[in-house]
Order: sequence, then C-alpha cells, then structure tokens
Amino acid sequence: MAKMTGAQMVVEAMREEGVEVVFGYPGGAIMNVYDEIYKHKYFQHILTRHEQAAVHAADGYARATGKVGVAFVTSGPGFTNAVTGLATAYMDSIPMVVISGQVPLSMIGTDAFQEIDAVGISRPCTKHNFLVKSAEELPEILAEAFYIARSGRPGPVHVDIPKDVTAQLADFNYPKEVKLETYKPTIKGNARQIKKAVEAIANAKKPVFYLGGGIIHSNSAELVRELVDFTQIPAVETLMARGTLRYDDPMLLGMVGMHGTYAANMAMSEADLLIALGPRFDDRVTGKLSEFAKYAKIIHVDIDPSSIGKLVHVDYPIVGDLKAVLEELVPQAKAKVDPSRYEAWREILNRYNELHPLTYEDSDEVLKPEWVIQRVGEKLKGKARISTDVGQHQMWTAQYYPFTRPREFITSGGLGTMGFGFPAAMGVKRGVPDEISINISGDGSILMNIQELMTAVEHRLPVINIILNNNYLGMVRQWQTFFYDKRYAETDLSMQPDFVRLAESFGGVGYRVKTKEEFDKALDDAISKGVVALIDVVVDRYENVLPMVPAGGSLYNMLLEYKD
Amino acid sequence: MIERRVISVIVLNEHGVLTRITGLFAARGYNIESLTVAPIPGSKYSRLTIVTSGSLRVIEQIIKQLHKLIPVYKVIEHTDLIEKEMVMAKIPLEERLADVEALCRAYNGNIVNIGQDSAIIMAADEPSRIANFVSALKRFNPKEIVRSGVVAIER
Repeated sequence: MAKMTGAQMVVEAMREEGVEVVFGYPGGAIMNVYDEIYKHKYFQHILTRHEQAAVHAADGYARATGKVGVAFVTSGPGFTNAVTGLATAYMDSIPMVVISGQVPLSMIGTDAFQEIDAVGISRPCTKHNFLVKSAEELPEILAEAFYIARSGRPGPVHVDIPKDVTAQLADFNYPKEVKLETYKPTIKGNARQIKKAVEAIANAKKPVFYLGGGIIHSNSAELVRELVDFTQIPAVETLMARGTLRYDDPMLLGMVGMHGTYAANMAMSEADLLIALGPRFDDRVTGKLSEFAKYAKIIHVDIDPSSIGKLVHVDYPIVGDLKAVLEELVPQAKAKVDPSRYEAWREILNRYNELHPLTYEDSDEVLKPEWVIQRVGEKLKGKARISTDVGQHQMWTAQYYPFTRPREFITSGGLGTMGFGFPAAMGVKRGVPDEISINISGDGSILMNIQELMTAVEHRLPVINIILNNNYLGMVRQWQTFFYDKRYAETDLSMQPDFVRLAESFGGVGYRVKTKEEFDKALDDAISKGVVALIDVVVDRYENVLPMVPAGGSLYNMLLEYKD
Repeated sequence: MIERRVISVIVLNEHGVLTRITGLFAARGYNIESLTVAPIPGSKYSRLTIVTSGSLRVIEQIIKQLHKLIPVYKVIEHTDLIEKEMVMAKIPLEERLADVEALCRAYNGNIVNIGQDSAIIMAADEPSRIANFVSALKRFNPKEIVRSGVVAIER
C-alpha cells in the first residue's frame, strides 16, 4: 500500500464513505486538505460564505436524506463559527461529521495564530470528538467518526486535524468495519417489556401516541402509520415528528406542546396511557412537569437510555432502535388490541377538535401569515421540502403546513437556531434535487445568514425563501405583548433592507408582495423560473401564534385567543 | 433525598477522557465530591472512582450519561464495596510524635518521613474514619493535609 498524506486520506475517506457533497470554507490550517480537493473530483465541494452556514447546509442535507452530512472548516474562527451548527445538530440528533483544521501539533497550546481549543469547545455539543495526533491513526478515526455519527442515537462528530498531520505520510488502510469495544448501542428492545407495553395498550381506555423525532431518525414512520391505522388510537406529534402521519390522517390531533392544538394538549392531559415513540419530553412539549400527563402511565421507546426517565417517571421503558422495537411490537399489537375499545375516547377528542380547531381570522386587507403557509401547502404539499428558521413563522409552518411524509419538514427544534433555515434549505436542495426547496423565514431570521444567497446562486441551488415580514422579531414581540405589558424592547425591525434589491444584487430574484394575488403570482413565478428567489411577504404586524401555553404553564391551560 | 454514591468508571486511556467525564458533571450541574484516576495494570483502560451525591433521579442520570460517553467501557455503581482513602500530613517536630504515631497506627498509618522541622505522616482507611483522623490530627497543629480521594472495589 502506497503511503498517503493525511490530507489525501481525508479525501480518500470521503470516497470510502460515499460522501457526495461537502460544504465548507478553506483557511490556513486546512489548506492541505483543500489542495487535495482541488486535485480530485470524488465529491462536490460547496463553498458557503460563512462556516455556520456550511454546517447548517450539511445538517439540512442530512435531515432531508438521512445520510451523514459533512462540513470542512479551518482552525480558530473557522471552527468557532461552526459551533452553532454543531450544537444545532447535536440537540436534534442529526448525523454529521465536521472536520476542522488545527495549528501544527508543535504549536498547539502556544496561542498560535488562529489557534483555539477546538475539541474543548466542541465536546459539550457533539456526540463525540477527536484530536488527531498522527496521520497513522487518521483512517481509523475518520471511519469511527462516520460510524458514531450515524449509529445509535445519531449526532454530530467533530474531527480536529493539525496542519502537520495533513502533511504527514502514512499507510492508508480504511477499516471496512468499525468495532468499538466501548460503544455498543442497544438495537433490539427487551422482549418482555415490549409484551408488557402491548398489554398496557390493549388495556388502556384513553391511550395517546406521542410521536417524536426518533421516528424520523430511525425511518420508522411507515410502521407508526400502520400501528396508528390499525389501533385507531389518536396521535400527537412533536415539532420534530411532523410528517410522521399525513396531515389528513383522522387519528392525528396535530402538534403538541406550547403551540400545540387544543385537542392534542387535552389528549395528553387526560390520557391514561402515553405511548411515547422517540420523543425526549422537551419542556416546550410538556409544560409544567408536575401537571404533565398526570393520569397517564407512560410507555417510552428510545434508543438513548438517558432520555428515558430523565424528566418524567416512565412505567414501561424500552431501550432500542425504534424501528427494531416496532417490528416486534406492531404484530403483537395487531393480535391483542381491539380498536373499538377507544371509541368513546376518540369521540371526546373529536369534540375538543370541533370546540377549538386550529384557526385564525383571515382578512382581505392584510395578509395573514397563516394564510400564506396554507397557500404554499395547497400548491406544493407532497412536492416540496419545507425548511424554516426560528420564531413565529416556524410555529405557523408547523401548525398550518399540510405535511405528508417524514423529512418533509426541516427545522431547528432543540436549539432553536435563527439563521438555520436558508443554509439548511440549500443542503436539502442538494440532497433531493428533484424537489422544490422552500425556506420559510422571518425578517429577523433571514438576515442571520442572508450572505448564502451568493452560495445558492453560484451553485444553482434554487431555494425559494418566503419571508413572513412583520417588521418585528415576532415571537419575542408576542411574549412582550402577553407577558411584558407590550414593552417592545428591541424587537421593532422597522429598519430593513430592500429585500428585493438585496436578492437581485446577489443574482437571485426578489418579489415584494402585499396581497393574496401578488403572493400567488410571485410563488408561481419563482417555481417556474427555478432560480434562487426571495419573496418578501408583508404580513399582519400583530398576528400571534395561538394556541399558546405560557412557558412553565400546564398543557391544559392554553391561551386560545388574544383580543387587544 | 440526597444520597452519596461511589461510582467506578472504566475508560479507554486516551487524551481528553478525564475532561469528558468532569465536563459531563460540570455541564449538568452534578456534584463531584472526590475523584481518583489510575491506569488499570496490563490493559488499555483506566479506572476512575467518583464519589458523588444527588437524588435518585440525578444518580440515575449520572450513570446513564456516563454510559453514553464513547470511551466509557463500563460504569459500576457500587452497592457492596470496600472504600479506602489515603491522607498525608505534615506535623511540626515540636509536637509529641509518639502520640502522633499512636494515632496514625489506629488509622492504618505511620510516620513516613522526618525532615528538618516536620514529620510526614500517612494513614489509609475508610473515608469516614479518615475524616475522624483529620479532626483528631488538629491538636498536633498540622501544617498541611493532603487527602487522596476515594478508591473502591466491590466486595
């Protein structure tokens, strides 16, 4: 075996792993690697205009495809810019490998130019990280990084490679299989526990499926659909699980939690059994813990044992890969569960739905953000991937967009990262080029990574950005309205760029719309042109996201309307 | 209810592994009362003995979170164990060394060094007895006391 430099190894490892695209940004410490990228055409490299965007793009790619996303950045500021992306992926369990350059080994610890303790910084926001000490260990580390990122509870892995290591020569034997003595995720669920869980379901009167992001990561939505369909047990979805069930599934009560539907939140509050499939009981879902699902026994299936029982007592814990567990559980449930048993319960929940459906007051004078999202849904449901930034527009999208399948909705849940949407949507477009990639954003969020318009135009990643522009940091403004006596401290964004000209200056297409007709025209035009677009939609400044459970409140105490 | 626990963690000997463990405690606000580390002879592993305290739920999370770390091979939550801790102290030579020596012997120890102006003593015993020893030592005006932290082994 011919010897290779560390830099060559990095490029060869990408080939071994079948990586088709790397998002990144070069710099001093990673130049050797970039020099190799220049020589080979194993994968496409997409130069973003900010490292944070590179990592979000890799993240969006991973969320849309289920494959491991990859980003390259340089040392020091290159790496620190990438940290928000790592933390975002970590909170939402997204498989990703981020490779950073580091100053040469001999200079580590000397406060050298562009030196930072990268592994020290990434430790708390990655599943695992490595500082590579020699080219010899590089192939093994890279193989382990990919393996760790995609197996078990997925997550981002960071590999920090000193510049001299990328120049060192060593043998390249890429491991065909990774075996780590210290890391063995549990895949199969405990058979006895599964049996007990099935019995609990069969004996419950008011069960509810509490569907979480683990369903998406484990690709088990089909099994979940089968289970829900057969048992006719009502289901709620977390933000991260949107799309598990079709929007028009009669068993779907909608999203649960802070901005969940009345029926979903009441179902959780009144249930006698929660069948939690891959959620992590986030505080945005549970509200006040002591009041959360007070009457319910809880079945919790999760691949991460530390997720189970972290916040609430679980009666039937099942550790394992959700898909493997469901493969055992579904046939047993089919044999034992009688769907007619839950009829009375379904009726109660239907009545809740009729009593307080998800709704808003439409207007002909001013565009309502909810209408815009519904409209996008009418035109594109099932044909587009929808990314969002973070804020009101994100919640409205989660509430009103008619999701039809998993991986259709790409959003930063756990960390709530503004600036995520647009670069992620670029990654989505690269991952599923045949589908339309839409980023729904706010006028606050979009400015956090708007420089990526250049990347999208350069690499022909025709993302359509729909900005629900209310001249506010809308969600913070909403909280100020409800809880701070309308003291709108630093949330007024009336001072704005001309988004249309901004888009045009980057070589994209811009639209500013104020009416329904204008919106339809702009969206149709953007879709037919297939270019990078930005639709600046002027919406009602004071629209609030409702229902709302105030932070720390109990799920059954929802603000259903707000009258000024 | 707050409980004291002794946890042994077997980890791969690789750089940064101790930071991963202590970082986990720091980031989640868990308490470390004492921590000892040493390589396990003839293996690529090290053994950490951590004394911690918290509610049952916190202890359970600590164990699960430790398991989650990639270089962690095994986490042993001791129930039936032998615990020992070592202490060394510097006693001025003016003190009555015969009494000091008698005290040391009562706690599995002795005088290990006598210098120009102080004697160095050591004792190794159960942590609670070491605490008694340290308080009994006070009347000999120790200049410096160094405790090792706990090591433990299953019975």
